[in-house]
Amino acid sequence: MSLSSVDYVEAQYMKKKTPEFKVGDTVRVSFRVVEGEKERIQVVEGVVISKKHGGIREMFTIRKVSSGFGVERSFPLHSPRVEEIEVVRGGKIRRAKLYYLRKLRGKAARLAERF
Amino acid sequence: MNGLVGRKAGMTQVFSDDGDEVPVTILEMGPCFVTQVKTGEVDGYSAVQLGFDPFTKKNPEKMAKPQRVMFEKRNLKPQKVLREVKLAPGQEEPKIGDEIKVDIFQDVSHVSVTAISKGRGFAGVVKRHGFSGAPMSHGAHEQFRHPGSVGMHSMPGRVLKGKKLPGQMGNERVTILNLSVVRLFPERNLMLVRGAVPGPNGGLVMVTKSSRAKIRVKQAEPAKKGKK
Repeated sequence: MSLSSVDYVEAQYMKKKTPEFKVGDTVRVSFRVVEGEKERIQVVEGVVISKKHGGIREMFTIRKVSSGFGVERSFPLHSPRVEEIEVVRGGKIRRAKLYYLRKLRGKAARLAERF
Repeated sequence: MNGLVGRKAGMTQVFSDDGDEVPVTILEMGPCFVTQVKTGEVDGYSAVQLGFDPFTKKNPEKMAKPQRVMFEKRNLKPQKVLREVKLAPGQEEPKIGDEIKVDIFQDVSHVSVTAISKGRGFAGVVKRHGFSGAPMSHGAHEQFRHPGSVGMHSMPGRVLKGKKLPGQMGNERVTILNLSVVRLFPERNLMLVRGAVPGPNGGLVMVTKSSRAKIRVKQAEPAKKGKK
């Protein structure tokens, strides 16, 4: 009974184990997409440029440059639609939000690898 | 039983079965105890009085004597809050002392929530009625959040009734109709309701089964047939 009612409800909906990844990592997200009756898994890859809020509201944003256009997509970390998050490559970074990547193109927009 | 008394615990978001994020208010409902049954013969109408929130102070004299004696006579634990609720039509009358829990909402899709809204004091017209106020620049001065003109000239020579003006805002009884019930947690007496509910966290709320949801469903069905 030590949990408050709000914490109790949130705990019911949060994932028990969330994959470990950090801002700057390149990740592959498996995301369940429902199209009419059909359901399929979409895999999106990109650099994590922000993680925010925390708790059940935690969101993360990934960024990818796709045929010359920057594409960003945000996911709720605890959403049951986010099936799997796989770290492809670690990135060495010095700030919490990588919004500066939006202004950079090509070689300048790379991150050093973290091992 | 048509309703229950409880408290607002706060808001959060949960995920639906499809994975959609749903904004919910968490309500701690009951358990309530029947303290009095009002019948048509004696009281002229039929209803049930519910007691909620156990009185926990060690000194029983901290509760006013009329209330205290009422509980003592019926051999009930004293409760801080007493509220009256209508019986569902055709429902059997409960006995005094019966415990009523959230599970009465098990098969209910929509509820109405009544509570006292947060008080905002004597509020101006911009906050209270959503007026847009006056320009902040272009030579405007000392008139930024004023109501502007309140009427015409000597005809009619008075301000029309119902004119939106500054005044007390909030701290009034508000009922939100047809909030959908997202989920119940009978083990903790919790109820999740989609959307916002009036009042502060910890505020008292009355939840009643929605009578209007049925009407809405009835109207929706013929419309569907017409399209096809």
